[in-house]
Amino acid sequence: MTGEIILSAEQLTVGYGKTPVVGEISLHADAGEILCLIGPNGAGKSTILKTLIRQLKPLGGVILMEDAPIADMKERDLAKKSAAVLTGRVDPELMTCEEVVETGRYAYTGMLGILSAHDRETVDEAIRTVGIEEIRERDFNRISDGQRQRVLLARALCQEPQLLVMDEPTSFLDIRNKLEFMGILRRLVREKQIAVILSLHELELAQKFTDRIACVKDGVIAEVGSPEEIFTGQTIRTLYNVEHGSYDSLYGTVEGERNDAPPRVFVVGGGGSGIPVYRKLQREGIPFATGVLPENDLDLPVAGALASVVITGPAYEPVSAERADEALEVLKRCEKAVCTVKSFGSVNRENRRLLDYAAEHGLLENVKK
Amino acid sequence: MPKTILPDTAENTAWRRRPWCCFGALFLLLLLFLLLNLLAGSSRMPAQEVFAALFGPASDSTAFRIIRNIRLPRLLAAAILGGGLSVSGYLLQSFFGNPIAGPFVLGISSGAKLFVALVMIFSLGHNLALSSAMMVTAAFCGAMLSMGLVLLASRRLRSMALLVVCGVMIGYVCSAVTEIVVTFADDSNIVNLHNWSMGSFSGIDMQDVKVLSLTVFTVLLLSVLLSKPMTAYQLGETYARSMGVNIRRFRMALILLSSVLAACVTAFAGPISFVGIAVPHLMRSFFRTAKPILMIPACFLGGAVFCLFCDLIARTLFAPTELSISTVTAVFGAPVVIWMLLTRKRGTER
Repeated sequence: MTGEIILSAEQLTVGYGKTPVVGEISLHADAGEILCLIGPNGAGKSTILKTLIRQLKPLGGVILMEDAPIADMKERDLAKKSAAVLTGRVDPELMTCEEVVETGRYAYTGMLGILSAHDRETVDEAIRTVGIEEIRERDFNRISDGQRQRVLLARALCQEPQLLVMDEPTSFLDIRNKLEFMGILRRLVREKQIAVILSLHELELAQKFTDRIACVKDGVIAEVGSPEEIFTGQTIRTLYNVEHGSYDSLYGTVEGERNDAPPRVFVVGGGGSGIPVYRKLQREGIPFATGVLPENDLDLPVAGALASVVITGPAYEPVSAERADEALEVLKRCEKAVCTVKSFGSVNRENRRLLDYAAEHGLLENVKK
Repeated sequence: MPKTILPDTAENTAWRRRPWCCFGALFLLLLLFLLLNLLAGSSRMPAQEVFAALFGPASDSTAFRIIRNIRLPRLLAAAILGGGLSVSGYLLQSFFGNPIAGPFVLGISSGAKLFVALVMIFSLGHNLALSSAMMVTAAFCGAMLSMGLVLLASRRLRSMALLVVCGVMIGYVCSAVTEIVVTFADDSNIVNLHNWSMGSFSGIDMQDVKVLSLTVFTVLLLSVLLSKPMTAYQLGETYARSMGVNIRRFRMALILLSSVLAACVTAFAGPISFVGIAVPHLMRSFFRTAKPILMIPACFLGGAVFCLFCDLIARTLFAPTELSISTVTAVFGAPVVIWMLLTRKRGTER
C-alpha cells in the first residue's frame, strides 16, 4: 500500500541546547503515507518536527533523506526535498497570497528570484490544488485562518517536496476547514505519492485521516502503529493521562467525569435516545442509573462512561425479567425517573414495567427539550 | 490542464502597471528637485547663467564656481546620500521585521558620528590630512559598534518598542560623548565640527561625491542581490530557512550593508534623522507592495527626492542662514512616522 522510505531517523535525540526532550526516536516516513505524531502538550512533538526539517540540530542520532544524511545536504537541495507548514504567526507586510505562494520557488529561481514560465505553472498548480484561486490577489493579512493554512500549504507544495512536515496544521481551523484541509492532504498524498509527517491535537482527525500514528510521551515515542492499533483500549487514556472524564476509542468521543454517588435519577433509555439526557445530567452533577441496556445498545458507551449504575443485558436477546427486576430495585431508590424511548417493542417489553412503576408512583418526569 | 487566467479587469492591469507609474513619478520629481536645487540659492542667478556654467567650458566666473563647486556637489550628495540613508533604513526594517527600525533611532548614526568626531579631532590636533575614505572607515567602525550593542540588546528584548528605546539611549550616549569631545577640542576646530555634527550637506566637494557615490552605488547593487532572500525572510526566519536561505550569511550581509550606508551618510553629512523610517514607509504606501526588488530602487529614489526637497528648504527658507538638514527632515519625517504608527495598529491587529 505504501511506497519507499523518504525520510528515516535512527536513534535520534532531539532537544534545545543540551537538554534532550525526546530520545531514542526511530521513525520513517514513506511515500504516499501520512505519519501523525500525537501526545500531550509539551511532549516534544514540535521539537521532533523542527529537528526533522533541520531547524534544530539533533543532540544525537542521524536523519536520512533517501539514504543521505540531511546534516550534510546543501540548504537549497534540502529545500527541494522537504517543505514545511509551521505554527507561529506569519504576517508579511503588503504581500498578496500569490506572492506568499511564490516564495516557495526560492530554491529553484536564480539570483534575483525572478520566476520562469515553469515556476509560474508550478505556482498555478499549487494554487489550484488547495483551491485558493479566488483569493490569490488578496492581501495575506486579510484572509481567514483557514485560508491562511491553505496558502501556506500551497507555498510548501511549490517546493515540489517529497516530504511535507506540518506542525499542528489544523489547530486554529473550524470543523469544516479541518475536514477540508485533511481532505486536500489525503488527496495530495495519494496523487503525488509524497510523504507527510504532521502533529495533530485532534484525535478524531488522527484516527480517521492518517496512516500511522506515533505516540510521544515522557521523552520517548511510546508506541507506533496504525490508527486501528492505537485507538483501542486504554492507549489514548494512558497517553494523555485522562483522569477526569473518559475517551471512547471506537467513536473518538470524549465524555466528562462520572458522578459515582448513589443514583438520584433513573433513565429508561436505549437505542441512542438516552445519550443527550445522560450528558445533561452529568453537566448538572446529578448521579443517575440507567437500564436495562443490551450490551450492543447505542446508549451503552456513553452510559458506561457517565452513569453510576448501569444494568445491562446480553446482546441480541430480549430483556429478561430478572434483569428488569434488578433495574426496578434501583429505580425504587431513585427520586425521579425519565423515559426517553417512545416504544418498547417485543425485545424491550420488560422495560415497560419500569415506566409503569414510575408513572404509578409519580416519579416520572418529562424529558426537557 | 487549463491555466488559471485572471480576468483582465481594469483593476488587475492597474495593479500590474502601478509600480512603473510610481517609478515614472519619482523620476519626474527627482528631475524637478535637481533643477530647483540647481537654480535656487543665496545668490540669485538667471537660468541661462546656471546652465552655461553647468554645461559650458570652464571659466573663472563666480557663477561657474558657485554652480560647479558648491551647488552641483551639494545636490548630488543630497540625492545620493538621501537615497542611501533610506535604503539603509529599509534594510534594517527587513532585518528586524519591523517598520520602526532605522539607522537614526537605533543609534547607528550616532555611533558613526562619535567615531568620526574622534578621528576628526585627533587628526586636526596632529595636523594630519583627513581623507574621506578615512572618515567613512571611522564612521563604519562607529556604526558597527552601535549595531553590535543593538544586536546584543535584541537578544534579550523581544519587543521592538523596547529595542528602539534601547537604540535611542545608545544614540544619546554617543551624542553626549561627542558633545564632550567637541567641547574639549581646540576652538578652531569647533565651528567645523559643530556644523557637521548637526547634519548638513554643505562643504562637500566633487572629490567627496566620487567616494560617496562609489560606496553607495556598490552597496545598492549588492542590496538588490539580497532582494531574493529578503522576500523569503518576510515570512519569518523559520520559513526562510526551510526554503533554503542561509540565515547567518543573509543576516550578516544585511547588517553590513545597512551599516556601510549609514556610516557613509554620517561621515559626509552627519546624522540625519527620520529619512530611514519615513521614506521606506512612504514608498510602501505609494507602491502598495513590499517586494524588495522594487522597494530598494524605490527607497533610493524616494530618499533622493526627499533629501533634495529638505535641503532646498534648509538652504532657502531663511537664506542666507542655513537650517541643519536634520531639523527639516524631522519636520517632514516625524509626522510620517507618527501617521505610520497610527495606521499600522489598525492594519495588522485583527
